[in-house]
Amino acid sequence: MSARALVAVTACALALSTLAGCAKPYDYTNFRQHHPRSILVLLPKNESNTADAAWSYQSTVTRPLAERGYYVFPVAVVDRLMKDDGVSPSKAAEILGADSVLYVTLEEYGTKQQVLNAATLVKLRGQLVDARSGVLLWERRFAIQHNSNLGSGGILGDSTEAAHNLAGPANVRFFGDSDQGLLYGPYHPRYGKDE
Amino acid sequence: MASFLRTTIAWAWLSGLLLGCSTPTLYSWGHYEAQIYSSSVTPATMSPEAQVAQLEQDYQKARAENKRMPPGFHAQLGYLYFQLGRLDQARRELEAEKTEFPESAVLVDRLLASLKKP
Repeated sequence: MSARALVAVTACALALSTLAGCAKPYDYTNFRQHHPRSILVLLPKNESNTADAAWSYQSTVTRPLAERGYYVFPVAVVDRLMKDDGVSPSKAAEILGADSVLYVTLEEYGTKQQVLNAATLVKLRGQLVDARSGVLLWERRFAIQHNSNLGSGGILGDSTEAAHNLAGPANVRFFGDSDQGLLYGPYHPRYGKDE
Repeated sequence: MASFLRTTIAWAWLSGLLLGCSTPTLYSWGHYEAQIYSSSVTPATMSPEAQVAQLEQDYQKARAENKRMPPGFHAQLGYLYFQLGRLDQARRELEAEKTEFPESAVLVDRLLASLKKP
């Protein structure tokens, strides 16, 4: 094999491995067809060991979604209304006039102390569903980790607080990554200009 | 060690991206999300009166900077006024939510109707 052929083969192999390594862009066909203006975020399902994870996360979810261009129903007001009026989650979208419902499950939400560092992990999955038809518009599973060096005799801070501080950046990527996150909503200047 | 280094670099890059760049935001957030956190996770820390005062201050600041309040802000403030029995202000805030974001109309009309109940 000539040196040139070898280079060509290597280049091909590299290109292939790069392509295979990237995640496929999400299929936004349903999303475009039912493009929502508003999102009702239900209180997340908490599978982590952190007791306050659901409300900690819920207090970080409005900003990235609203800055993406959506109307996000006031999470605290909606929660009170649902409790006071005994509204079930399945009825909530209809009663509030929401276009879509976001279901989030928190798989990991907290800090694990290792020998020299502490690893804070937020791992979650989410589904955005069209409120009228029940069609799945978008879904994603995502994890983000932050390692902090404890140093000698370092003290581990509050695990919930560490996860809470990571939830904001996690959401920015969860909803905002191109090809994987949500399309821009109607209040964003780039609405309708997604690739 | 290598993976630790990688994560640390990625984290530094991410924080730089999030904090360093002055990407213009659509809204002025003030204490809206911080209050959702404190009122649900540590409810004893702040009275409804103090929450109202803080949100009103956020609103004045945003107006001075000519920025919009985020979705849910006026509804939240309206709900706090409702809890305090200050119904006129509650009504005013709920109407503001609906004017700013017509997507909230069904929710707001429902809340306004409950204000009329004895």
